[in-house]
Amino acid sequence: MAAVQDGQLNMEVEKDIKTEITNDGSGNINANSSSPGSTSSGGKSKSPAGSGEDQQTLLAVLQFLKRNKLTESVDILRREAGLSADADDSPVSDSAGAGSGGVPNVSADGGDANSLLSRVSIATPFAPPATAPPKVVAASGGEDQPDVNVVLSAYSQQGDPVLYPLYYNGLKKFIESVLDCHRAELSQVFYPLFVHMYLELVYNNHENEAKQFFEKFSGDQECYYEEDLRILSSMSKKEHMKGNETMLDFRTSKFVLRISRDSYQLLKRHLQERQNNQIWNIIQEHLYIDIFDGMPRSKSQIDAMSGSLAGEGKRDANKAKVFYGLLKEPEIEVPLDDEDEEAENEEGKPKKKKPKKDSMGSKSKKQDPNAPQQTRIPLPELKDSDKLDKIMNMKEATKKIRLGPDNLPSICFYSFLNAYQGLTAVDFTDDSSLIAGGFADSTVRVWSVTPKKLRRVKSAADLSNIDKESDDVLERIMDEKTASESKILYGHSGPVYGISFSPDRNYLLSSSEDGTVRLWSLQTFTCLVGYKGHNYPVWDTQFSPYGYYFISGGHDRVARLWATDHYQPLRMFAGHLADITCTLFHPNSNYVATGSADRTIRLWDVLTGNCVRILTGHKGPIHSLAFSPNGKFMASGATDGRVLLWDVGHGLMVGELKGHTDTIYALKFSRDGEILASGSMDNTVKLWDTLKAFDDVELDDFTAATGHIHLPENSQELLLGTYMTKSTPVIHLHFTRRNLLLAAGAYNP
Amino acid sequence: MAEERRPKQCTVVLPTESMKAMAESIGVGQLQEESCAALSEEVSYRIKEIAQDALKFMHHGKRRKLTTSDIDHALKLKNVEPLYGFQSQEFIPFRFASGGGRELHFYEEKEVDLSDIINTPLPRVPLDVSLKAHWLSIEGVQPAIPENPPPAPKEQQKAESTEPLKVVKPGQEEEGSIQKGQGAISAEAKGQELLMCLYAILKLMKPRSTHELSVEQQLYYKEITEACVGSCEAKRAEALQSIATDPGLYQMLPRFSTFISEGVRVNVVQNNLALLIYLMRMVKALMDNPTLYLEKYLHELIPAVVTCIVSKQLCLRPDVDNHWALRDFAARLMAQSCKTFSTTTNNIQSRITKTFTKSWLDEKTQWTTRYGCIAGLSELGPDVIKTLILPRLTVEGARIKAVSEGPVVSNIDKIGADHVQSLLLKHCASVIAKTRPLPDNMEQYRADYGYLGPTLCSHVVKARAQAALQAQQVNRTTLTITQPRPTLTVSQSGIGGSGGSRSPSIIKVPSSLTLMSTRPGTPTQPSPPATKYIVMATSAGASSTQQVITLSSSSGSSVTSTVASATSTLQPLVKLESRAASGLGGSRPLQKYIVVSLPTSASSSLESKSGMLPPSSSSTSPISLEAGMKMDRSDSPGASTQSPH
Repeated sequence: MAAVQDGQLNMEVEKDIKTEITNDGSGNINANSSSPGSTSSGGKSKSPAGSGEDQQTLLAVLQFLKRNKLTESVDILRREAGLSADADDSPVSDSAGAGSGGVPNVSADGGDANSLLSRVSIATPFAPPATAPPKVVAASGGEDQPDVNVVLSAYSQQGDPVLYPLYYNGLKKFIESVLDCHRAELSQVFYPLFVHMYLELVYNNHENEAKQFFEKFSGDQECYYEEDLRILSSMSKKEHMKGNETMLDFRTSKFVLRISRDSYQLLKRHLQERQNNQIWNIIQEHLYIDIFDGMPRSKSQIDAMSGSLAGEGKRDANKAKVFYGLLKEPEIEVPLDDEDEEAENEEGKPKKKKPKKDSMGSKSKKQDPNAPQQTRIPLPELKDSDKLDKIMNMKEATKKIRLGPDNLPSICFYSFLNAYQGLTAVDFTDDSSLIAGGFADSTVRVWSVTPKKLRRVKSAADLSNIDKESDDVLERIMDEKTASESKILYGHSGPVYGISFSPDRNYLLSSSEDGTVRLWSLQTFTCLVGYKGHNYPVWDTQFSPYGYYFISGGHDRVARLWATDHYQPLRMFAGHLADITCTLFHPNSNYVATGSADRTIRLWDVLTGNCVRILTGHKGPIHSLAFSPNGKFMASGATDGRVLLWDVGHGLMVGELKGHTDTIYALKFSRDGEILASGSMDNTVKLWDTLKAFDDVELDDFTAATGHIHLPENSQELLLGTYMTKSTPVIHLHFTRRNLLLAAGAYNP
Repeated sequence: MAEERRPKQCTVVLPTESMKAMAESIGVGQLQEESCAALSEEVSYRIKEIAQDALKFMHHGKRRKLTTSDIDHALKLKNVEPLYGFQSQEFIPFRFASGGGRELHFYEEKEVDLSDIINTPLPRVPLDVSLKAHWLSIEGVQPAIPENPPPAPKEQQKAESTEPLKVVKPGQEEEGSIQKGQGAISAEAKGQELLMCLYAILKLMKPRSTHELSVEQQLYYKEITEACVGSCEAKRAEALQSIATDPGLYQMLPRFSTFISEGVRVNVVQNNLALLIYLMRMVKALMDNPTLYLEKYLHELIPAVVTCIVSKQLCLRPDVDNHWALRDFAARLMAQSCKTFSTTTNNIQSRITKTFTKSWLDEKTQWTTRYGCIAGLSELGPDVIKTLILPRLTVEGARIKAVSEGPVVSNIDKIGADHVQSLLLKHCASVIAKTRPLPDNMEQYRADYGYLGPTLCSHVVKARAQAALQAQQVNRTTLTITQPRPTLTVSQSGIGGSGGSRSPSIIKVPSSLTLMSTRPGTPTQPSPPATKYIVMATSAGASSTQQVITLSSSSGSSVTSTVASATSTLQPLVKLESRAASGLGGSRPLQKYIVVSLPTSASSSLESKSGMLPPSSSSTSPISLEAGMKMDRSDSPGASTQSPH
């Protein structure tokens, strides 16, 4: 078995290389078409690999639709597929091994195809997940099972239901009797085995046996699977399995286990000796055992990594190189020098110092081997106003307070009063001049926290009267009459769950339960675009640090990358097995991180659409993510109240911060990355010493290669401070450019 | 926990009767049992599914409560039409009805008259969302402002004082390691003398909360204490209000506690009734503050309160001043603290009861103390009155008779006897009225209760007559809340003439005293290592010795003279106590006094004034009477470390 899998792995690697080559090709095309306006052409690059698979998937969908008598959809799909299957191929679909699913195949990039997808997913609520994961299986396991029915009938072979508890018990006894060092590893098998045996029983209509089985053994499972067990327990009939998404996840994706070779041999020998085919079949069909050479892992090591819906990430899933370095600040030196000199001439200060420093800084950045190519993805050109802002930023940065364990930041808390439990999202602009709040009553409100009031641009008629040559034209176009401290933006038709300012403060994004993402202008305070694509609630959206691009993710389990001037997504990142709960851009804008209710974090390459990291370890849905300012580390917080720290380059967990007692909704690194602030539903803000946390981690070659990390048990030492609020859950945190910490939440009397 | 719940999860299914009822409500009769079972299973499963989806919306809405809109959104996910009309914010509008063996939940739709709605005035427009900023932390330190929660919530204070071992909450405090050390030490002590070492634990815990006070806090403390004992009644009311309601006083609690106990000690000696009353009102305010947990400071507060109940003399002219009101008030405070803080480990109530009874039983006790003991006991509730006071009525009646009908000894004794009599009548009558069966026979009463019998009988008759009113009165006497105001104003007018001119000068003494002590206290704080002895001894010793120094130096000759006078007035008290001790038999109690007073007495005087120790402690003696044994051991570390001073 192992050998076979290894062989497949090799094939996969080869495939990967191939697709990478093609991807690079498309990437270059992208890069060459540097003007942001033309990026859509990048998406249409053709690549032959994988189109065969696509067709199979399409056929499967068609078959499914036919069976459900959705003839209209079938017709449309066939029409569209006839065009798109030959002509288009989204680059996303090329990724063979990385778990990007079948959905993008259907959608491709052609405009109609996408709306088609939305129609399909409306018509068949569980079609996307059903078709997406099999691809994963197909890619990794080499078995192509696109047909929904095939997937569902995977359990049709059956043994005697009465024997199931015996089988399970036998294995349990065996695992309890093995040497300690193997026991922890082999215990991992219990949970997936339990789930699949239960499902088999249910599928084959042995309701009572299934219930007994569940009652007998559910108590043995690790406590962090409780949520899933609850879902399982509610399912006692074959009919229930059809519509249940969690179910489909279990059946269509393989549960990934990492087991050392020795332990695996033990298990295999035992099962073969006992002729225990039932269990052996399940292991072969539904489990993916990632075998490694070397010492078996300890219980704590396993516990740290497990807990996600589909087991751990495969080791090879995290092998791809991630360029986590920062981009060189593009073309900022020249204007900066000029502006700076001018400014300093005015102020009569010494000239030379700062520009020198800056140019030095940029030089060292150039040499960063971990940074992606400057033009790896096309970025918008800097406007004059952006340059001015950068200069402001740098000036502020010189006044920045250096934080550390002995020098904690001050925290300014913005309480939303009279919010009546309705505050759902908050964002600050980078310069901390504006606050936006999303509310359950579908409104978005923007406040100015500086004395400068919010003003609207004058109406077109008034604008025509303005002298366009005058120096203060920017000032003149504003309508003084509309000045106020806050503005309300109406447009959504459901609670607003995600909100994000553009870096240039001209735009605001909001995502809502109504399935749309809206772009608002902060000049006119009107809605500019409604991006439709998600058909289900959009839980989060986030602007790229360079603007122009943004990411959104929601209940449909697909994260979409958009450009503000396209009403269609540029990339679709499929692979998560449950809702995408939070999204975040890497500081260099080349990668996107998504946290999900399947308790994994995935890192996606914006250029290729590949999933480059799968990070497991959280025991609950992830609700907050943060990248360190140098792009090297990431922090994530979940409903389990723990913050996990990750090394992005190696794809490893490097720390665990325990202390919160409720969901962590906000995480932010200080501007220099020395301190991590976390805000939680438990009404506290906590500060953590990340410098120490990252220093403590010893990354030798072995751990880097195997990913078996010993977590230091010292999260209490890393805690620098806890600050209770007065029954105000903390839902957003932001460090100003001078390292003052701003926090926000709604007061719940 | 989870394992317990899981088996249930398996089986929770809607009852089939509900299915039937629902079917009937839409006109489907005669639903078969099997279809009902199938339906109910299916429906339960779907409901669970929807609930799970609704939870997602709750999480993303950043709420802890599931709302009806969450369910609506979850339904929308499933392409099901939401249930309109259930937008209620605070309750689920289902009504329950049962009858004929059926149980139903239904949605009650009332008929509403439109004109009613139109004619009712519009409700107030809800306030719009607004944004308010405050400092959660300034360079790592959380400022104590109303926007922030109190530094230590009451639960935590309670946990700290009652369960010192469990205090160490991970990440809650930065001084975790020090705390642990102290916890371990107190654990040791607990192992040795579980019951006895309450005081030791309290002492150990105490230095931990002697924080450095910020300048604002020092100012606040100064203002508050000055206002509390100052001459302006309006200011005092404001200050007391602040003590009773402000959430951020936790850190200043040790100062207030010391202020009160020191103040009582000084003013008992000086017989300054007004100040004693002010201090008791402070105690009351502290107890009223919902954010403070006083248990850690009871060792200072209880002696002070008990002093105000039973002290032989509380005012300069006992025949004129209404010190009885103070005793009543303090007795009520005592009863309240017994109610709040008495636990099986500290046994406050039983110890206090014993103390009162002992000195009451003593033949030689003066009428004033006797009055205090009875008041203290009777405030503890009708049960105490019934078991302890009623059986003694005959003896007490005889004593009263001896004073009132015998040869006139002194006016003071007579007044005392009168007050004791009326007190007994007041408290006993209500209890007897409740417990004793009718009829109220004068002679029977005389037989049962002796001299007081007849009067008591008439009181009981009166009490019975006003049964309704009486119930109220009982509440009043035990609840202590309603009465303090009137009594205090009375007593205040009483002292107005007596010590009015002198009070300002004395007022300054305690306030400046303790205010000074806060500052010297701070430098000692960082220096001590984690060992308990040093921390404790220095803080207690330093603050106290400092006090005496400032006493003598700052306020000059006038104050020292008051100290001198204190010694003189106190002398008889000592005699009294020693006599009492000998009367009770055994020299033990005498020893005990000294041990108890060690920490406090050391604080009140320098070595040169050690002659004053027993007198000053005499005021606290009642509590020590039966706590003495425990004191001996628990205080020994303190005593041993204080000797080097």
